[in-house]
Amino acid sequence: MPRRTDLHRILLIGSGPIVIGQGCEFDYSGTQACKALKEEGFEVILINSNPATIMTDPDLADRTYVEPITCEVVERILERDRPDALLPTMGGQTALNLTVELYQRGVLEKYGVHTIGASYAAIQKAEDREQFKDIIQGLGLHVPLSGSIHSRQEAIQLIETIGFPAIVRPSFTLGGAGGNIAYNREEYEQFVEWALVTSPVKQALIEQSLIGWKEYELEVMRDLNDNVVIVCPIENFDAMGVHTGDSITVAPALTLTDKEYQRMRNAAIRIIRAIGVDTGGSNIQFAVNPKTGDQIVIEMNPRVSRSSALASKATGFPIAKIAAKLAVGYTLDEITNDITKVTKASFEPTIDYVVVKIPRFTFEKFEGSDPTLTTHMKSVGEAMALGATFKEALQKAIRSLEIDRFGLCSMYGLDGLYQTNQSAQTDQEVMAEIRTALQTPTANRMWQVADGFRVGLTRDELYAITHIDPWFLEEIRQLVEFESVLVHARDAITVERYTRAKQLGFSDERLTQLLKHPVDTMHALLSSSGLSLPVAYKRVDTCAAEFEAHTPYLYSSYGTACEARVTDRKKVIILGGGPNRIGQGIEFDYCCVHSAMALQEEGIETIMVNCNPETVSTDYDISDRLYFEPLTMEDVTHILDVEQPFGLIVQFGGQTPLKLSWGLANIGAPILGTSPDAIDRAEDRKRFGALIDELQLRQPRSGMAQSHDEAHHIAETIQYPVMARPSYVLGGRAMQILYDADALARYLHTHAHNLATHPLLIDHYLDGAIEVDVDAISDGQQVVVAGIMEHVEMAGIHSGDSACSLPPYSLNPTIIEEITKQTIALAKSLHVVGLMNIQFAVQEGQVFVLEVNPRASRTVPFVSKTIGIPLAKFATKVMLGKTLAELGLTEAPTLTHMSVKEAVFPFTKLGALDVLLGPEMRSTGEVMGIDGDFGWAFAKSQAAAGNALPKSGVVLLSVKDADKVRTVDIAQRLCRLGFTLQATKGTAAYLREHDIAVESVNKIKEGRPHIVDVIKNGQICVVVNTVGSAASQDDSAPIRKEALYQGIPYFTTIPAAKAAVLGMEAMRKGKLRVRPLQEYQAALKGMQL
Amino acid sequence: MMKKALLALADGTTFEGTALGYAGETSGEVVFNTAMTGYQEVLTDPSYTGQIVVMTCSHIGNYGITDEDGESIRPWAEGFIVREASHTASNWRSQESFSDYLVRQKIVGIEGIDTRALTRHLRDQGSQPGVISHITMNPKTLIEKARHTPSIVGQDLVSRVTCTEPYSWNEGTGLWPTEISSGHPDSTPKPSTSYKVVVFDFGVKLNILRRLVDVGCEVHVVPASTSAEAVKAMTPDGILLSNGPGDPDAVPYAVETIRTLIGWRPIFGICLGHQILGLALGLESHKLKFGHHGANHPVLDLRTRKVEITSQNHNFAVGLSGPHESGSQGPEMFQSPWGQVLITHRSLNDECCEGLLGVDMPIMSTQYHPEASPGPHDSAYLFRQFVEKLMQQQTT
Repeated sequence: MPRRTDLHRILLIGSGPIVIGQGCEFDYSGTQACKALKEEGFEVILINSNPATIMTDPDLADRTYVEPITCEVVERILERDRPDALLPTMGGQTALNLTVELYQRGVLEKYGVHTIGASYAAIQKAEDREQFKDIIQGLGLHVPLSGSIHSRQEAIQLIETIGFPAIVRPSFTLGGAGGNIAYNREEYEQFVEWALVTSPVKQALIEQSLIGWKEYELEVMRDLNDNVVIVCPIENFDAMGVHTGDSITVAPALTLTDKEYQRMRNAAIRIIRAIGVDTGGSNIQFAVNPKTGDQIVIEMNPRVSRSSALASKATGFPIAKIAAKLAVGYTLDEITNDITKVTKASFEPTIDYVVVKIPRFTFEKFEGSDPTLTTHMKSVGEAMALGATFKEALQKAIRSLEIDRFGLCSMYGLDGLYQTNQSAQTDQEVMAEIRTALQTPTANRMWQVADGFRVGLTRDELYAITHIDPWFLEEIRQLVEFESVLVHARDAITVERYTRAKQLGFSDERLTQLLKHPVDTMHALLSSSGLSLPVAYKRVDTCAAEFEAHTPYLYSSYGTACEARVTDRKKVIILGGGPNRIGQGIEFDYCCVHSAMALQEEGIETIMVNCNPETVSTDYDISDRLYFEPLTMEDVTHILDVEQPFGLIVQFGGQTPLKLSWGLANIGAPILGTSPDAIDRAEDRKRFGALIDELQLRQPRSGMAQSHDEAHHIAETIQYPVMARPSYVLGGRAMQILYDADALARYLHTHAHNLATHPLLIDHYLDGAIEVDVDAISDGQQVVVAGIMEHVEMAGIHSGDSACSLPPYSLNPTIIEEITKQTIALAKSLHVVGLMNIQFAVQEGQVFVLEVNPRASRTVPFVSKTIGIPLAKFATKVMLGKTLAELGLTEAPTLTHMSVKEAVFPFTKLGALDVLLGPEMRSTGEVMGIDGDFGWAFAKSQAAAGNALPKSGVVLLSVKDADKVRTVDIAQRLCRLGFTLQATKGTAAYLREHDIAVESVNKIKEGRPHIVDVIKNGQICVVVNTVGSAASQDDSAPIRKEALYQGIPYFTTIPAAKAAVLGMEAMRKGKLRVRPLQEYQAALKGMQL
Repeated sequence: MMKKALLALADGTTFEGTALGYAGETSGEVVFNTAMTGYQEVLTDPSYTGQIVVMTCSHIGNYGITDEDGESIRPWAEGFIVREASHTASNWRSQESFSDYLVRQKIVGIEGIDTRALTRHLRDQGSQPGVISHITMNPKTLIEKARHTPSIVGQDLVSRVTCTEPYSWNEGTGLWPTEISSGHPDSTPKPSTSYKVVVFDFGVKLNILRRLVDVGCEVHVVPASTSAEAVKAMTPDGILLSNGPGDPDAVPYAVETIRTLIGWRPIFGICLGHQILGLALGLESHKLKFGHHGANHPVLDLRTRKVEITSQNHNFAVGLSGPHESGSQGPEMFQSPWGQVLITHRSLNDECCEGLLGVDMPIMSTQYHPEASPGPHDSAYLFRQFVEKLMQQQTT
């Protein structure tokens, strides 16, 4: 069937901010959908609150609403733009849930919009556990024993039939949030209570636990002609019990016989038909009993998902793109396979390599969080690798993670050891420790399994503890055994053995660890034998080489025929950002993608190197050539050898490529833009200090301590409060603000163990200062200050975690002028060619330079979208030698609107002890609010972040003494807005002195009912809570936590509370207005749309 | 240290790897199979007689071997080429490891070679004879041997695999149901009468017999050379022409026999059986460059525009002689001595003829394998269609 002609305008809902369980895979799918629909001539209307996405680029859709993804906003958009159809399957659970809400409220009917892809009925059938269960059972298939409950009473009755262990899950949440396994009655009751609170519909699901079963996922596509194909079977390395997002996963499925696989495939096809997903992709999860082969259907997502992104990258079959085409009427046999160009999309990819995905976690940033892997997703990113065999792919995936592990390195110092059974050599204590550690699934489990083999645990024993399929265990055992062979032959490594090691995926880094001598000698050995290192690049072609691949989507493999087919065009390599993590995420992928686009505009061949399967950058459509490879010196060097590029871009992928820049410069890589030396000058403390002095700028007083005594001395000299951090940290890790010597002593005790080798950096903390982020672009001569962002939270809160406003909402013009001047001076002195980001602090009219990063920053997409200038594209062109003048960029436009960026945090998912913001970055994503004034922009940013400001109710105030003066104004304005105030004693007394009516409430220590009781009882609509000392932080943590879990907006700084008041005032004054980015940008250019 | 082995192709290309399976030497036409599951079914498919099979999937042998999954009583492939063989088995049904099985069944194999490079070579240069040796590492000798390996063109491989005596079969697919459509659940009541079907064994896969039993047939298997008179004497309700190895032109006796049976009782041809039926109807055969061997082949039903993902294994195909219009706009019709025949299916990959249906006489055939095993069950309904034909035949 050809494209539908009755549709013209299609609304696409994005997934909003990056949160755990809903990452940048939805930028990949959304971007593909936008492009596919545009290609077919549809007018695309998009809503997504996440500015860091490629999909919200104004070029991608016709109207791009960077607005909160809420029913109210979408209704305004429908009213304004009148789309014919809504495609709800591209924006994750957010889009599905909103579609359900729009339908239920009658909004879709009111505006005559119908859904394409998946209907309301199909969404309900897949999402409503009871309906789903009935349908699956009606097909003669099995689901876990389960039931849904709305009360504790019902829960207790239900457990009688289900039995322990049982999973307790709140209904309608993202990424399995809140799923917990209860082994006993006590745990069960506790989890039930929590699940009922967490579920947006106050419903929980109780389910038979299939712990220890094997887990699989199938990606299924269906078209309007009822043709169904399975894109890829994915097998989980970790058994059931670990969320699939937190599992190591493998494609293709490796331990199913054809009979078993076809049974699963048949079930999947029958399910998608019965649920009635009209077109597009769905993900269906199965559990398989390893002892009987019994199969149970776990769940279905009637939409594209993290797994579909993975399956797309794993096979070369672009699920979202094809799903979008199917939604508008095409059938699979009418769509051409992009890679072969001769065959059709109506087939099932077959792969002749192995794909391994390993999740990446960030527990260390969340004090008190539990690193146990459960049915509740906790990972923040993932790396994927392809190899000819599982071993090769696994080892590549490990080094792609960038966690300083280059292989299955021992966690117990046992490298090189391998025992087939427990012998006298075995250290019983270590063995017991490993056994115990393996009982609990964590991110280290695979490494612990390797250590298990090292100390003589058998495959059967390890299987009994971990339930990891014996086939996978055997693969790890073979690697451990090979390592031991290598170590024992350390001094007589032959070319043959070295080559074998490389075929097994060993990195030179790991070989150096094992052999204790650098692998350079290995390379020498090879060349003396007249051999070169046989690294080859293979193509991902969807068809196991049956047809020729026309798309250069490449992965490396050792000792095999090379299919790189390098061109002789002028080419530039862009190094991507690797796996997402807190501090380095989608923003950098956005920059890499823009850079690729700019290179293409300049007629240069673009080559992308990255290993993150969630991203747009690893879509083979984005660059001319894609190397899906780990971002390590070794792997990147091989690509440089093969491609011999004209240039290499390291500015856009965040710290990952930047860390490689020195090494790459040393081997003569043609790095474009700002020189590695300039990067070092900005990063090296001493050299940077010299630069600041030379330019006569100010920095906070600081020192570097190599002993505890020295630390105390420095702190006294530069004066408290101070900010302490160990040298060589990323994203503010272990960085703390310390108010007195006691606090410093405590800090030294926990964080400073080896100061002689890793000195402690101590800066004077500019208390109460306003922090300012600046993004600028320079061609080496001219500097354009693109955006000056005023942080809402004060200095000391990590810039990635603070809300910020562009343009500044309170800074005076003199300060802005001074900041501009200093930015230009710094850019010129560092000879920046490309992008630069500077963080300033403004205290009592004085400007301090906190940090300079001569590279793309996290805020580039936010600034680009606000000012209507694609900075990363311009920066790329500048790096190629164009001047800003040639590009027509001589100054940033004067803005007629305000944008506010707000951060989004994973506290509820990780069960963090406290939610106070600090110098260590902890947000996973961001949203943008845009409007004519700051108040509305801020209010929108809060709504987009899921903390919509209320219009009336009771505001709870509890502030530290230093903040009391500034609280008066806030309280008065809240009263004027009609809010009722409650406050803890001290705050209440102070406010009463200023004639403000306020009711007192007990602090926790003061007896009940206390402040937390009041919040729990749902009497509060906003919490303002600021604290100083560590002791008061601990005391008040339950307040913030309760507000968080109750979904009540809370503010932990006075400036943020004030911004909220401005927001509520704006909401009182005017009505919500929505406007696409294209209109804002046209207004800047003085054009009428 | 692992023992080395060498693969040599007739065109002079060699690949060095590690010995796998039985220590010896073997020759055959080298073909690649892209299925990701079902190595045991591939090994035991009699259609692979005369061929050495390269599996493109990286890991082979992971789930071991079980008697239940054999497509015949023994492996038929002349040799096996894999990237990495698993020497231990992980599956609840496994009875033996893959590598032990190869040794026991005297199958010579090679592992540790770049199967992708080999596959690309076969794709570009065409499938061709080859030799795997664990005995000599001398490329010249082996290339020479490969060159002297007879081509499968014109060889009657069927006579090597067909049964010697007729037998009956009464086992169904049992635990492993095959239906995918929610509209046609497994519980479809079997016809009250059972239909007697004679199966010409050109190298039949057991799953064809199991599927016939599933749909209520009484199955009698006869040798390929059985005469039409002998078949008629068995008074079957229908006839199934099985899959089998090699070149359809090499079994003229079967083509002749089928000619005399067309129109007498409904006939269902599968793979080689389809080709034999095609030749009987007047189509011509041709050899494909590298054949179709895999479990992901899309086939378009030209009548309904529905696509089936099919299991395929053939080096030859039949089609109309001379230039003709491609059937992408709808089914093509051709005239046979018995009346009109529709070409109902074509490969979406290369437009190869994949299915025939008699308009004026009760025949149907598919180039692909509706019995799957290995591969998708999308086409399992064809066995039901065949039984429907048998029912119609009885009522008329």
